[in-house]
Formats: sequence, C-alpha cells, structure tokens
Amino acid sequence: MSEPMVQVHNVTKVYERGKQKIEVLHGLTLDIPKGDFVALMGPSGSGKTTLLNLIGGLDKPTAGEITVGGKRIDQLGSGQLAHWRAHNVGFVFQFYNLMPVLSAEGNVELPLLLTKLSGAQRKKNVAVALEVVGLADRAKHKPRELSGGQEQRVAIARALVSDPQLLVCDEPTGDLDRKTADEILGLLQVLNREHGKTIVIVTHDPKAAEFARRTLHLEKGQLLEQAA
Amino acid sequence: MTRAGFVIANLFRKRVRTVLTLLSVIMAFLLFGLLQSVNTIFSSGANFVGATRLFVQARVSFTSPLPVSMVPKLEAIPGVARVAYQQWFGGVWQTNTPLIMFALDPQRYRDVYPEWLMPDAQWQAFEHTRTGLIVGRQLADQYGWKIGQKIPISSNIWPQKNGSKAWVFDLVGIFDGKDEDWKKRTNLAFIQQDYFDEANQFGLKGRTNFFILKLADGANAESVSKTIDAMFENSPDETKTQTEKDFNISFVKQIGDIGLIVRWILFAVFFTLLLVVGNTMAQSVRERVPELAVLKTLGFSDGRVLGFVLAEAFALVLCGGLIGLALASLAGAMVEKGTGGQFLLALDGSVWLIGIVAIVLMSLAVGLLPALRARRLKIVDALAGR
Repeated sequence: MSEPMVQVHNVTKVYERGKQKIEVLHGLTLDIPKGDFVALMGPSGSGKTTLLNLIGGLDKPTAGEITVGGKRIDQLGSGQLAHWRAHNVGFVFQFYNLMPVLSAEGNVELPLLLTKLSGAQRKKNVAVALEVVGLADRAKHKPRELSGGQEQRVAIARALVSDPQLLVCDEPTGDLDRKTADEILGLLQVLNREHGKTIVIVTHDPKAAEFARRTLHLEKGQLLEQAA
Repeated sequence: MTRAGFVIANLFRKRVRTVLTLLSVIMAFLLFGLLQSVNTIFSSGANFVGATRLFVQARVSFTSPLPVSMVPKLEAIPGVARVAYQQWFGGVWQTNTPLIMFALDPQRYRDVYPEWLMPDAQWQAFEHTRTGLIVGRQLADQYGWKIGQKIPISSNIWPQKNGSKAWVFDLVGIFDGKDEDWKKRTNLAFIQQDYFDEANQFGLKGRTNFFILKLADGANAESVSKTIDAMFENSPDETKTQTEKDFNISFVKQIGDIGLIVRWILFAVFFTLLLVVGNTMAQSVRERVPELAVLKTLGFSDGRVLGFVLAEAFALVLCGGLIGLALASLAGAMVEKGTGGQFLLALDGSVWLIGIVAIVLMSLAVGLLPALRARRLKIVDALAGR
C-alpha cells in the first residue's frame, strides 16, 4: 500500500457566503495509499465533507495541490473534471441519491451512458455490479420499492459499475439502522479487501470507522492525528 | 436504457402534470394549424391561372349593388362568353338557421354554371314560376324538403312591400353537383331575381350584388379582368374583378382584417403556452436539483445536463405540436366537408413547415432558461441543498 492514490498537499479551501469568507481547510496535507480504507471523522464544520468533495473532484481547492491516481485534478477545467470523475471515482451519498424514475438497473447503468459500451455490454456490467452488492433479484425495482439498505446497495453498485479505483462515501450509513449499516460497511470492506478499491468515507459513527483500516480526525480544517 | 429513454422517463415523472401540459400544447398547435391555414388562404395573392369564371363586384364592397344594365357591356368584352348575376337574399330558415341564398336570373345562371345538374323540366319550372325556389341536394336532404312544397323563409335584410320579412316560395327544383367536389357545395338556395326585384320593399330594382362571367375557351382571365376594371374606372360604378376563389375569400374578409385577427389570436395562444410550458419546465428542474447534481457527480458535463433539460422541453413540445397539427389536419378536412368545400382548410406544406419551426422555437423558449439553470448548478451547493 505504498504507492499513493490520493495526495493532498497544503490545500486551503475558502467559501464565500455573501460578503463573508469562510476558510474551511487550512493548508491541509494528506496521503492515502492505493488500496487503503480511510475513515474521516470530526465534528460538524470541521471540513470532512469539503475534503471528500475535493478528493472526489466535485470542488476545487482555493490553494494547494490535489493529485489522484497520478493526475493533478486541481488543475482540470469543469469539463475535464467531469470526464475524470466518470472514469476514476465512484460516489456514495448518505441519502443514496438514486433517480426515482429509473429502476435499480437503470440507476446502475446511468454512468455507463458516458462510455462507448454497447447496450448488451452495459447490461452485462450492470448485472455484475448488482450481483456484487447482492441485489441481482431486485434489478427491475424502482427505488421507492426498495428498503434503505437496498437503495444504498444500488448506489454502491452505481459507484462500482464503471470500475473506478477510488470510492468516496459521504456518511454512507448515516440514514440506516445499525444492522443494515454494518452490512453496508461490510460490503465496502469486501470491495476494499477483495477488489482492491481505495475507499474514503466520512462518518460521525465510531463503529462505522472501525470498519476502515485507519481513521483520520479533522478539527477546524486541520488534520489532528493519524491512527493506525 | 438509452439517453432518449432517460429523457422520456424524466418527462413522465409527474404524469398528470405532463399530460395536462401536453394537452395545452396540443390545443395550441391545433388552433395554430387551423388559424394558420385560414391566414394562408387570406394572405395569398390573386391567382388567375386556370380560372374559367370571373366575379365582378363594386370596387368599394360587394354590398354596393351594381346596375344589371352592365350586362351587355360585359358580354361585349372579348373573352366573355356569358354573364349571370346574383343578389344576396339573407335567407333564414325557421328562427335562426341562416341559408346561403341568392336571387338570380335562372337561364343565365344555368348557362354559367353547367356544373349544377337538374332536370330540364325543373329548370323550366324555375324560370316560369315567379315565386319559384330551387335548392341544392344537401339542403333538401337536411330539411326534408320535397318538390311542390311551399317553403317559408325569412330574410334578415329584405322585407316585402307589405313590411313582412317572411317570404314564401314554391320549391320547384332540387339540383345536384356534377361530381363529388360539386356535390359538397349543394347547400345553396336560389330564387328568381325578377320576383325579388318586384316584391322587395326597398325597390332595389335593376341592381345586383355581383356578376359572374363565364369565360370563352382560351380567354386570358387576368387580361379580361383588367379590361373590365379599366372600362368602369372613374364611372359611378367602379368595379373589382377577381376569380371565384378570391371572391369567396374577399366575401369573408368583410368581417375585418382576418390576417391581423389570426396573428393576435396566435400571439395570445403561444404567449399563454410559453407561460404554461415554461412554468412546467422550470418547476420540473427546480424540484430535482439534487438529481441534476448527482448526474454531474457521475461525470455528465454541464453541457450534457443542459442537453437533457432541452431535450425534455423539445420532446414535450414536439409530441404535443405534432399531435396538434395532425388534429388540425383532420379538423380542417371536416370543416371543408361541412362547408361543402367553401372553405378549404386542409393544412398544406407551408403550415406544417411553419408549425415545425414554431415547435423548435417554442422548445428553445421554454427550455433554455431551466436548462441554463441546470447547467450552472454547482454540485457541492446543490447536494447541500443551498
């Protein structure tokens, strides 16, 4: 796990809310090796989600450098960043964020519309992704017909389907009961250990963090400690 | 799933709203199709090609009668074979059913319109019965009139000398058309000009609304038309000569500037449509800001997201527009049939072409602002609900 997947170097992020400027991250530096499973913890407003958004290429730093998989993503334009996200990173959100008008397989297939795969190949990839998360039998169901845990599994299948090396998960179990949360975290663990995915999750839940290989604590926009 | 499938799935996320919006688009384009065909008819220029008859009316308006004494002068013009004349009677059947009814000279009219088929005996009876009335097959069938019946008809213009507007005529003939096209027009009724002249209170003797000229074989309609109007220029009875089709159009134009009326109605319809569909699209984008942000998160570029929203607007307007135009075609054909071919409202290629252009412009107008809003969405803000 020595080769770095994510390198965050001296990153600062300032948000402008009206006339007010809020500095959320202050010169933060962090390396995440390939195949790592990192939990980011910290109080509300500490900058966890901001850091996750920067690593996932959803936002750009005000200053500093971010390199993911050897690519300087802080230097990419909006279109290039979208293209990069489509091929290099999968996202899992707290509230699943599935498209209510699409079935489970439709949701999982969505990122593949950006590829040149044939319809048949897309269907095959979708079936594999749903199989991995244990939802092959629910492929035709709409999100409203699934439980919270099942919805989150569909969201994980969607994040996996284009085979990215990096998964970023923002409170992936924040809306689930303990048992279902453990199942989802177990699934992420399998993806990390058996499929070699590098995973970064943001969580408030210490039990969730226990599933990660290591936990990083943020406070007031700075990294406090690095626990093994 | 395809991108088109995704667009359609999004379009029908609120089925009732989409169906209602679709209905408003259909109605708008149905009106557009019908009114635009009316506009095309009224805005077309004079066309003398293939004309075999010309209509001569007073230059000011066909409501200003011309003297029947013009007939010999008209018949003397090279290219004119025969002249008939007609006076609007303003007939009303029972209480409020208007009839297309004229007073005319039977013999002259028969010569000018060989397309009407009626037995000789009935033509003779019409010529020799002062109170004689002949009607088209459609009209006779519609009201169950039979030859030999006395038909009471009021005139909303002409009282008799005794002051009564109730006239009684003897039905002496029922005519039909020579082919399907002419059969469609048999909703007409004719009475004798001589009887009308003598019996009406206003003493409108020797004057008529318009002349109908049957042209000789090979006559140049446009040249004859110019000759006639030049002949009566600066006289007390200046004329306006036109083809049968143009005359029918100018008859309806008496109502007002049809083109302007049509344009204003269409403006109102499309402005309302713009608000209705625009609001639907804006609402649709507003309520799925997080979903659009997720699309961007998954790697769909700003341009692709803009494209999705525009495609939804286009699909909605295209679908409604094409259904509306198709219904207008059907309705136009029904109006044409219902009026015995007097109003040819069938949608021609130009109306369809303008309709397609309107669909594209309307799609852009209703879709562009919501699409730009979707394009400008910042993922982080949208996901955080800001």
